[in-house]
Amino acid sequence: MLNKKHLVLLASAGAITLAGVATAQADTLEDTRSRGAVQCGVSDGLPGFSAPDDSGEWQGLDVDVCRAVAAAVLGDADAVNYISLNAVERFTALQSGEVDVLSRNTTWTTVRDTTLGLNFTGVTFYDGQGFLVSSDLGVSSADELDGAAICIQSGTTTELNLADYFRANGMEFDPIVFDTSDQTVGGFQAGRCDVLTSDTSQLAALRIQLDDPDSAIILPDVISKEPLGPVVRQGDDLWFNIVKWSLFAMLNAEEYGITSENVDDMLSSENPDVARLLGQDGNYGEAMQLEADWAYNIISQVGNYGESFERNVGMGSPLEIERGVNALWTQGGVQYAPPIR
Amino acid sequence: MIHNQTVIEQRPAPSSAIGPLAWLRTNLFSDPINTIFTLIGLYVLYLLVVPTVQWAFINADWVGTTREDCSREGACWVFVNARFTQFIYGLYPRAEIWRANIVFAGFFTLIAWLAIPRLPFKRWVAVFALVGFPVVAYVLLHGGYFDLPRVPTHRWGGLMLTLLLATVGMVGALPIGIVLALGRRSNMPIVKSFCVVFIEFWRGVPLITVLFMASVMLPLFMPSGISVDRLVRALIGLTLFQSAYMAEVIRGGLQAIPKGQEEAAAALGMTYWKRMGLIVLPQALKMMIPGIVNTFISLFKDTTLVMIIGLFDLLGIVQAALADSRWLGFSLEGYVFAAFMFWIFCFSMSRYSQYLERKLNTGHKR
Repeated sequence: MLNKKHLVLLASAGAITLAGVATAQADTLEDTRSRGAVQCGVSDGLPGFSAPDDSGEWQGLDVDVCRAVAAAVLGDADAVNYISLNAVERFTALQSGEVDVLSRNTTWTTVRDTTLGLNFTGVTFYDGQGFLVSSDLGVSSADELDGAAICIQSGTTTELNLADYFRANGMEFDPIVFDTSDQTVGGFQAGRCDVLTSDTSQLAALRIQLDDPDSAIILPDVISKEPLGPVVRQGDDLWFNIVKWSLFAMLNAEEYGITSENVDDMLSSENPDVARLLGQDGNYGEAMQLEADWAYNIISQVGNYGESFERNVGMGSPLEIERGVNALWTQGGVQYAPPIR
Repeated sequence: MIHNQTVIEQRPAPSSAIGPLAWLRTNLFSDPINTIFTLIGLYVLYLLVVPTVQWAFINADWVGTTREDCSREGACWVFVNARFTQFIYGLYPRAEIWRANIVFAGFFTLIAWLAIPRLPFKRWVAVFALVGFPVVAYVLLHGGYFDLPRVPTHRWGGLMLTLLLATVGMVGALPIGIVLALGRRSNMPIVKSFCVVFIEFWRGVPLITVLFMASVMLPLFMPSGISVDRLVRALIGLTLFQSAYMAEVIRGGLQAIPKGQEEAAAALGMTYWKRMGLIVLPQALKMMIPGIVNTFISLFKDTTLVMIIGLFDLLGIVQAALADSRWLGFSLEGYVFAAFMFWIFCFSMSRYSQYLERKLNTGHKR
């Protein structure tokens, strides 16, 4: 007899078969070239990661990934069609071929990587759940939050992470749940809670919305792992490599000190790493069916990872997020790209 | 016999009987209880209106380009100002906006032409509005013909998209709804059951489910390589959904027409379509104006649901703008603007329907 579980299994098997059919259309690179634009799935509005600016152009860290891929493949970072996707439809859009790259603050987890027929190509931002506290509270670490009233934006993982963390540390807390970020900020501002918790990338955006942003600080503690990265369809290894190495090129460029400003001077650099990256020594794009100047195009048009970070979410942006764990491995962070050789 | 009569000059009624003072006395201060309630009402009004006016006008900032131009003591209309083009046209390329402007101008001219009774050639204008104009609008907005650069639909947005969705939904839903309503009252079993099933299916599912199905499930069922534009998917979903509601509104009108009307028409030897087209429908539709306009208004507001499938309608583009890190924290201004725009359109639709009722003088007014 068919019970509910079987039905669910059948349905998901059906969905996967269909997804399989969709992924069978392999040559994403060819499709992109003939279309003349990369189809890129982005969030329909997330501060610092993807949002249209005053002139209607998309800006953000996630958006820069799309631009980097377009620069590498087509030589023009502006040759991107941005498709705004919500959390529910993002994977379907990728599976069905509506988008070539999904760059939409998507957390890399086992289930998503192994069961959806998708591949994560790297990590653009190491996010994690953190705390925003009023500076009057005099708290400098999350260990001191025992008994605090905590404002949470509804969403089970945030709540579960919080409960796990407090239980593991033998502390009590009083959860106050809100629906939207506006309400959460309102609750925090009105003094309904001492602490506000969310992903650190979002805390910065929430903090700006306070009447006096300087009255609150973000604690250094991070209680969960949320590595965000671009996603592509499984089964098209060439495209997977292109997206993966577009990000690596940005990271390597920062490591070697190549920026969008000095990239032309760097073309004559003696440093063999730089020469290889910029296509002056050998052609490392060839195996990916790209031109030798693929990385040069990325760096000159989009910039290196550090530039993109500072411009969109870092000190050069209103969000003012510290590099922290997102700094290069040479500077105490965990952003590390394999060498180009 | 002649009496010397002094004619008393006509004098205006005493000020205690007419004029604003008298009105106040009879309506607001007629007895102690009434007076108390009036005073309480005035106080509540004072509490509400004063801060609102202060926020929206007196302390508000109007000019500037960045958030630094806002004092944050009142509303920051600078945000709406800076984003106005985007709220109207979405992410439509700035250089091509003249095309959208032509379509806007054509759209409003046609509506005005059809709505103002004095203007001639109504029939030809109507035919053009239904047949010619959609083609012109598509060619202009989408491009790809006559050297116009292509503007893919994912760049369409704002008020333009809201109007597009609502107009196509209304124009599509009315005829489909009429056919469905007639079908449901038909004696032919297959036609009748098809219409019943269709109407009950679309009325039974929430619009949000229809849109989700259209955007999440449909692409998986399509053969690989073929994808229907998501705007088209939304339009089809919205039109079919709305036509089911329209059908029931019109069926209500059809049922209100006495059976004698149709029988008399049949006795004159009229065919089915003549009976419906000349006798029944004109009466039914006239009577159903409030219901039809009600459906239109709710459709206009329902278009905001396309936000969940990643289309930036007026509300969607406002929300996307709120996520720009340079403009964080101005959600109230954004939502007030969106609400105001929606109010303008819904209110004018409702006023026009009232005018139409008076003009057609349905004789059913109570």
